[in-house]
Amino acid sequence: MKKRKHLGIVGLCLLVVGIHLYTAQTGTQFYLTQLTMAAYYGLLVIGLGVLMGYAGQISIGHAGFFAIGGYLSAALTTHNLLPFQDRPLVELLDNLGLLQPSVDLYGGALLTVVPWAACLFAMCMAALIALIIGIPVLKLKGHYLAMATLGFGMIIYRILLATPYFGAADGISGVPAFTLVPAIGSFEPIVVSGAFGLRVMNFYLAFGFLIIGMILLLNLIDSRSGRALRSLHGSGEAAEASGIDTAGFKLRVFVLSAVYAALAGVMLTHYNGGIGPSEASVMKSVRYVALVAVGGMTNLWGILIMGVGLTFLSLRGVFGVYDDAVFGMILILVMLFAPNGILSLRIQSVLHRLFPRGSGNEPMEKQHRSAESPGS
Amino acid sequence: MSQGIQYIIVALSVVCLLLGSSLSALAETIKIGAIFAVTGPASFLGGPAARSAEMLVEQINQEGGINGQPIELIIKDSAGSSERAVSFARQLIEEERVVAIVGPSTSGESMAVKIIAEDARTPLISCAAAEVIVDPVARYVFKTPQKDSFAAQKIFAEMQRLGIDTIAIAAGNDGFGKAGKEQLEKLAPTFGITVAASETYDSKATDLSALVAKLKANPNIGALVNWSIVPAQAIIAKNIRQSGWDVPLFQSHGFGNIKYAEAAGVAAEGIIFPSGRLLVADSLPEDDPQKAMLIQYITEYETRFQEKASAFGGYAYDAVNIVVEAIRQAGNDREGVRDAIEGLQDFAGIGGVFSFSPEDHNGLDIDSFVMLTVKDGKFTLYERQ
Amino acid sequence: MSLDLFFQYLFAGITYGSIYAIVAIGFNIIYNTTGIINFAQGEFVMLGGMISISLLPFMPLPLAIAGAVAITMVIGALMEICFIRWLESPSVLRMIIITIGISILLRESALHIWGESIRSLPYFYGNEISAFTIGSVRFSPQVLWVIIACGLMVIALSIFFKMTPVGREMRACAANRTAALLCGISTRNMVTLSFMLSAGIGALAGCVMSPITYTQYDIGTTLAIKGFTVAILGGLGNYPGAVAAGILLGTLEAFSISVVPLAFQDAVAITILLLILFIRPHGLFGSSEAARLKDF
Repeated sequence: MKKRKHLGIVGLCLLVVGIHLYTAQTGTQFYLTQLTMAAYYGLLVIGLGVLMGYAGQISIGHAGFFAIGGYLSAALTTHNLLPFQDRPLVELLDNLGLLQPSVDLYGGALLTVVPWAACLFAMCMAALIALIIGIPVLKLKGHYLAMATLGFGMIIYRILLATPYFGAADGISGVPAFTLVPAIGSFEPIVVSGAFGLRVMNFYLAFGFLIIGMILLLNLIDSRSGRALRSLHGSGEAAEASGIDTAGFKLRVFVLSAVYAALAGVMLTHYNGGIGPSEASVMKSVRYVALVAVGGMTNLWGILIMGVGLTFLSLRGVFGVYDDAVFGMILILVMLFAPNGILSLRIQSVLHRLFPRGSGNEPMEKQHRSAESPGS
Repeated sequence: MSQGIQYIIVALSVVCLLLGSSLSALAETIKIGAIFAVTGPASFLGGPAARSAEMLVEQINQEGGINGQPIELIIKDSAGSSERAVSFARQLIEEERVVAIVGPSTSGESMAVKIIAEDARTPLISCAAAEVIVDPVARYVFKTPQKDSFAAQKIFAEMQRLGIDTIAIAAGNDGFGKAGKEQLEKLAPTFGITVAASETYDSKATDLSALVAKLKANPNIGALVNWSIVPAQAIIAKNIRQSGWDVPLFQSHGFGNIKYAEAAGVAAEGIIFPSGRLLVADSLPEDDPQKAMLIQYITEYETRFQEKASAFGGYAYDAVNIVVEAIRQAGNDREGVRDAIEGLQDFAGIGGVFSFSPEDHNGLDIDSFVMLTVKDGKFTLYERQ
Repeated sequence: MSLDLFFQYLFAGITYGSIYAIVAIGFNIIYNTTGIINFAQGEFVMLGGMISISLLPFMPLPLAIAGAVAITMVIGALMEICFIRWLESPSVLRMIIITIGISILLRESALHIWGESIRSLPYFYGNEISAFTIGSVRFSPQVLWVIIACGLMVIALSIFFKMTPVGREMRACAANRTAALLCGISTRNMVTLSFMLSAGIGALAGCVMSPITYTQYDIGTTLAIKGFTVAILGGLGNYPGAVAAGILLGTLEAFSISVVPLAFQDAVAITILLLILFIRPHGLFGSSEAARLKDF
């Protein structure tokens, strides 16, 4: 079990390096831009996947947590504190070294919160909010749970749209780069930024976050609490009866997935240099649920691959004006034919389902079987 | 977990296929990028814009392109979300190597893309209304819609003549409404006008009678300025007339489509709003520099798409025209195109007559607006009593 | 607050509320027979409006509305037959996701068929500026139409479900599907019927509200969220509850404007809904007994 888990991770690392080398070889490094963005969305989606697949809790409000992370970080690192320099709170922050001077696009002087502090604050806020709403929300079941999480997402969206501090309908732009690790000796600093020159570094950074996130989640699933998690999805009562604190586990997973979403929000906002209210919209939340469903609820690897892959295609505009329609279609087809995720599909079983008696379609089916049999 | 490896192999082969298949480039075409919100909540802007831009490029290509080179217009649908606009802007700049980008349609997206265009030294001609896009001026960023502040000034000037000194502002919660509200609130004091109430409502609101009731209860309010698009701008017009409130209703230049007046029906009568000359093209004098261009655009758009031409489509039409003119002068070169745009003088478009300068990347003056009103279901020039 | 203003707000609230309620009723029909919340209900409302508007040039208004209702019912039936009928005991999660997928598909198809522009039916009585007056309060005659339609629906549905054999069979399916099957009721047909019924009711709602709200391809999402909110607030499956909850939410929204900025109106409404959900998860007018018996 352990070994195979490591194999998956090693495979993913090799894939990442392979993509980089391939694009460098063919001069197509621009693909890395959308892959980087997709990796951050992937981070959110795997977090949501554990919540939905293992804890059995749907959330149609995860875009809200993404937005909390992105917006708080963006607001803190762009709003100029120079006019408030004399306020005690600002002075305190300054003395703690949490403020930094900078210049805007037009050369104006700015005093803003250090991205590190903003990032930590945003993630803590997301965790706190998840904790506060999680306690009552997770007591609900089925449609009521769906409604409550949907409602949470809507509230966040509405607040962002109505608050001038968060840029209302325009969102926040001009978010500075995030220096994760400053330059040490001859080493370059590690910076989250969309600058064209830093593309390769950011590609590895995004996938680094994703891989670390994945390792943590795999360990969680494998651990004692993970086994409890799986039992939750199977039968909450049975788990409860065997002395497992199901409510506590659900809550912890909920908070964890919120933190993943917030981290993705923070990083992507610094990478894009801005964030808009569309990131908090219901359609976004629905899209995340769709990605989890397509990947297969209890299949983290499937979720990761479909999450990153489909988002990558969507961000490249492959589906054109049919982007939403394609997602709707995928959602329906997967739920109808492969409720365990698109990667769990075996071609014969689909054919079996489509043509239960198989009359007239047998040659085709046989072909597929014979095509598959040598491999299996 | 052995499936993990299997999946990764599948994924790897898919990625390789995708990377390999999309490496085809047409030789000798001039590429212009476009980012419009064709779907999503801002589709009322992006839809007509994409159609207008496509139509224009097709025409130019039929006439032999620019100096014999055909144009390729690459339209990306951002669905009004800034992260997609950012992704597409990077894609257009690096991968497609476009000479300039037309769009995005909303101010939020434009602000997000602005920095990328500056970084990559690629001209960006935004089709969004907000003034912040070109004020302060960024070297590579231009915009074609008239400035909101001009619209606000036109409205306030009219109010001064009508003797109105206290007003209420209502605006939709989208980028268009936000930008307009800001300018109205900023400029009101310079015209000696008090803003007694200022509200933002959901641009997808189904009914606004509670808002109207609240505003009506304040007897000091002498006029209402509403800054939004459909359907809210028609809904508020109806609710005001239904409630029997008889103050003048001013709308923004977003009202500039006869469809919207038709949607509000009788309730649209008497609405006063600033607009480009598009809506009154027929009644312009023959020597008006814009007339030929306007008539051409209206006829072509309306025969082709079976719908009324609007100012929103005109923004994109102007933007593409400006880029094409600049390419004609400076060739397929980003820096050259930028300089050429900045040097354009007296260039007649749909929105007005553009004269750019290093200090003005909008190029229009306040006379690009005229005040219109609705009379018997038709737009006519507003004549002061 | 003056008395005039109070009544103006009240009537504005009733206008909002009747629109929400009429959407919520559709949610309840399918829920009652299948236990599914159909997230595509808002799209039925949009389709009803759009189809009737498209039919209007060829026929008089009542016929156009009847045609739109009939066509939407067929779409509802097709949707059930294609996507839902042949699933064996699907989980709630799966049904939520499938109906969300259908709603996206219907919305995007509408965008490509009708474009992004707004349309509307003419006022059934009077025009855009005509209003009835009670004291100092004025309201549009179309609001009356919505309220009348809403009331008729509740009465007709109550009679249908209590008095007619088909209605009773549908209720039997909702109570216990296996038992209903054993009694010789074709549960599958009953489910199809409930989708047709709620599609028809949604379409009718879309027609009567069109003059007030206008019809646009994406109006469904906003309405569905409000309708869902109201259906939950009133207790899932409870028709009079939905109407009461609709009016309550509408009035609340109308009055909230005098306290909080309008921009936060929706946030306030949903916060209140969440609080109610936390205290009474089965809704204001739902029965906690019934809610506990259902396994979702």
